[in-house]
Parts: sequence; structure tokens; C-alpha cells
Amino acid sequence: MALALSARGLVKRYGAVSALDGVDVEVGSGQLVGLLGPNGAGKSTLVKIACGLVRQNIGTAEVCGVPAGSRAARAQTGYLAELFRFPGWASADEVLELHQRLSGSNGAERERSELLDLVGLLDAADTRVEAMSKGMQQRLGIAQALVGTPRLLLLDEPTSALDPVGRRTVRELLEQLRGRGVAVLLNSHLLSEVELVCDHVVILAKGKVAAAGRPADLARPKGVEVETDNGTRLIPAAGRDEVPRIVADLVARGERVYGVRVLRSDLEDVYLEAVGDQSS
Amino acid sequence: MTIILRYSMREAIRRRVFLVVLVLSVGFLMLYALGVDRAFNATGNFSDTAERAGVEATTVAGAFMLGLSMFATLFLGVVLGSFLTLGAIRGDAERGLLQPLVVRPIGRTTLLLARYAGAALTAAFYVVGMFLLAAAITKAIGGWWPDRVVEPALELAGAAGVVTALAVLGSVLLGTTANGITVFMLFGAGLVGGLLGQIGRVLGSPTLKHVATGVSWALPFEALYQDALAAITANSGGATGFLIRLGPFGGAHAGGVAILVWSAGYTALVCLAAVRLFASTDL
Repeated sequence: MALALSARGLVKRYGAVSALDGVDVEVGSGQLVGLLGPNGAGKSTLVKIACGLVRQNIGTAEVCGVPAGSRAARAQTGYLAELFRFPGWASADEVLELHQRLSGSNGAERERSELLDLVGLLDAADTRVEAMSKGMQQRLGIAQALVGTPRLLLLDEPTSALDPVGRRTVRELLEQLRGRGVAVLLNSHLLSEVELVCDHVVILAKGKVAAAGRPADLARPKGVEVETDNGTRLIPAAGRDEVPRIVADLVARGERVYGVRVLRSDLEDVYLEAVGDQSS
Repeated sequence: MTIILRYSMREAIRRRVFLVVLVLSVGFLMLYALGVDRAFNATGNFSDTAERAGVEATTVAGAFMLGLSMFATLFLGVVLGSFLTLGAIRGDAERGLLQPLVVRPIGRTTLLLARYAGAALTAAFYVVGMFLLAAAITKAIGGWWPDRVVEPALELAGAAGVVTALAVLGSVLLGTTANGITVFMLFGAGLVGGLLGQIGRVLGSPTLKHVATGVSWALPFEALYQDALAAITANSGGATGFLIRLGPFGGAHAGGVAILVWSAGYTALVCLAAVRLFASTDL
């Protein structure tokens, strides 16, 4: 089966500015890939190329084996823009109905109800967009992106306007989608969110891939912390394999060991290391 | 395409565009009826003198008043068509309304053409309706009916369609405000060009006539408007015809079939340019 998204050697320039400078990204079916990086790193440009809003200068981007931006690719893609708006005069149900028609979905009322229920807006089906809070509109945006059962979901900062409960709802939703085989490219500034749900992480910096891999693989040992009757001490160079030896040595010296913790860098450390001193 | 058309219509209804247009149009027609009544009453005072000079006073008054209403109708039709499309592309993209639609399989070309068709049809129906109502009011109050009806009605609708096409093209290149300024300046320039042509023809000035001809080809809505004005008194000649064509709503220049063909081609070219530009625009 073709990859949900395959981008190779993408280059995008806006005048003298290089937004992307040879980026390779792959998203497999059912895979949840987190896209991280400071502002201006090229994350939104990459997402926009994937959904056909922006054309790359060099390189190829394919969605489910067909060129990104083509009609066939768009039919397989759901997209939530970072900055989007729905017409204020339309109700939530009408927004979804419009997108059903545009995407050729024959899900009818049942699909609309399911999607509104999924994002917790079933009771607001007849509420006009102009009467919705920003968080409700964001959730409607996610429902809209899921119209037509896309194989690839491109989410650009989907939780930026959500409160902690809303964020948790989105995380659970993403996990459900992964279970259904939907591929997701999640562009987010929230490292903790990405770390919690993503199978794979791509960190962009200055238009290049600065780091990529599974969050667990990107993390590196940071030493071993040992709590004894003489206090807590950090042994920086040590790893998990050295724990038995360290404990044995301490006991042999007459110390009482109360706890041992193997420390690993988290995604934030990896991120800061990858993007260096680029401030956003 | 019908999806976007229906969407545009629903938007216009929900935003009460049609309601406002209806109310204001009724106001305009009432004012027009008052004006026609006063004009024909005044004409009655010197109709005998005019007849002795070979001038049909009723025709002059009717043509002048209907010509005035055609100017107003075209202006209102242009306002309607343009305002429905001024922000169709860049304006909607800046507000984040366009992106969710463009990424759907429907595609950019269909989206753009549907937006144009929706606005142009709305403006066309409006212009034709208002022209026929104004003609009916003129007939009911003053007893004068234009020499031709269908031709000027369709030409006015076509003129509104040309300006709407320019508004759509502008919406790909410019933000809403800049596009609005540009479209209405072009509209004004076209009308001024037409008036200069009329003056040039009366004065026999080749320079002014050349300028007017150039403007007519560059902005054919003006030529369609002039042709429509000429059509309502197509059968009037002699002193009556001369007097009508002296006025600002005289339609001294009939463009003929060539300008109709050029207007259709021009509109198609403008739409094609908009489609091509939109296709290569990053959003």
C-alpha cells in the first residue's frame, strides 16, 4: 500500500527566503507523525504543499501514491488550517453539509451527526458559527477535516484554541483515528501533546529536517539518579545496564539504597538541541 | 459548480443582501416614478412649441428619464456583482475562508467560475428586472415605451457581467479594499470615456472620439451601456434623435455586433486570466 504522504527533497522559496530546503517526510497508513519546529521553520508550508495550497519549487510530494494537490489527492485528504474561518451565517450542520458536497461524501446526515458527536458538538448542530466560541469553531474545524473519511489528515495547530479538556478530547480522537488506519500529520507547538500521541516526530529548523524518529528513539540517556541514606546523587554517564553494578558498589560501601531512577532526555530536550538557539 | 452557486446565494440571503437590495431598489423606483411624473408634466407645458420645431417632447423626456434609470441600474448592478466578488479569492484567503474549500476535490477553477457565475447572474437578473420595471413605470406615467427592450436589457446585464469579471480577476491579485477601489475607478473611467466620446461626436472632435473608442474596447462595459442607450431610441431620428443624443444619456454611439462579440470574448479572457492566476497562487 502506498504511503499516505511521501515528500522527497521538497524545496520552497518565497523570493529570497527558503521556507523548505530539501525536506523528506513520510507518513504511513495509521501513523501519527508530529511536526515540530520554531515559527518560520517551514512546518505550515510543508502541510500546505501536502494539501495543494502551495506548490513546491523542487521535489515531489505524493498523497496515497498520487501527486499532492491533484484532485485524486485532495479526495483522500482532510485539512485543518492554522488560521481558518467558516462563514458566520452557517450552522455547524450546514458547514459539514457543504463540505460533504464538495468532497463528494455520501455520508449524509448520519456522517454529520457522528462527526459532531465525535468532537462534542452534537448539541450545537444548529448553532451558527458566529455564535460559537473559538474552541467550538476549532472543534468544528476538526470535524470538517474528517468529512469524507480521508486517508490522510493534515492538522495545523489543531489545539491552539482549545482548553485542556478540549486538548484531551483531540488527543483521544487522534488515537481513535490511528486505530481506524487514518494517517495524521500533526503540526503543533505543544511538545507534550506530540510526545503523548505521536508515533514519529519530525523536527524542522530553518527549512531542513533537524531530527526525526520515534520519540523514544530520539531520547538519550541522561544518567542515573540514586537515592541513598547520604542523599540523592546523579551519575551522569551511566545508563540502565549499569544500574546493578552501581547499586552493588554502593551497598558494598555500606550505603543504604532507597531508590534508583534511569534518566532520559524528553522531547523538549531533543527539540531544544535540534533547533539550537533559533527563537520563535 | 451548483454547490458553490447555491452556497453563494444562501450567503447573500442570510446576510440580508437581497433584502437590503430589494428595499433600496423599491426606494429608487419610487423616486424614479416621481421624477418621471414631474418630467412628463413639465414636458406638457412646451410640447406644442417642441412639435413645431419637429421635436417629439414625450420621446425626449421618456428617453432621458429611462436613460437616467439605466445609468443608475447599471451602477447598482455593478455594485451588486462587484461586492459579491471583491474579496472572492485573496480577501477570503486572508480571512481563512477560502482554504477549507480549495483543498476539496472541487478544485480552484470550478470554485472561481462558480463565484463569478453566481455574482454575474445575480447582477444580470437585477439589472434586467430594474430596467423592465423602469420602462414599465415610464410607460405607465408618461405613455412612452422604448423602441427596443430586450437588446438594451441584455446589454446592461452584459455590462454588469464584464465589470464583475474584472472584480473577480482583481480579487485574485488584490485585497478586498484595493480591488474595490480599482474596480470602481475603472468603472468611473469607462463612463467618463463614454461621455467624452459623446461630447466628441457632437463637437466633431476626432481626438475625443478616438479616446472614447479606445476606452470602449479596453473597457467594453461602457460600449455595451452606450449601445443600450442607443437602442432605446433606435428609431428616433431628425431633431428628436439629435436632441436625445446631445444629452448625457443619449447613447450617441451604437457599437453594433462587433462590440457584443468583443465583450463576450473579453469577459471570457478576463475569467481565463483569473483562472490561470489563481491556479498558480500560493494560499
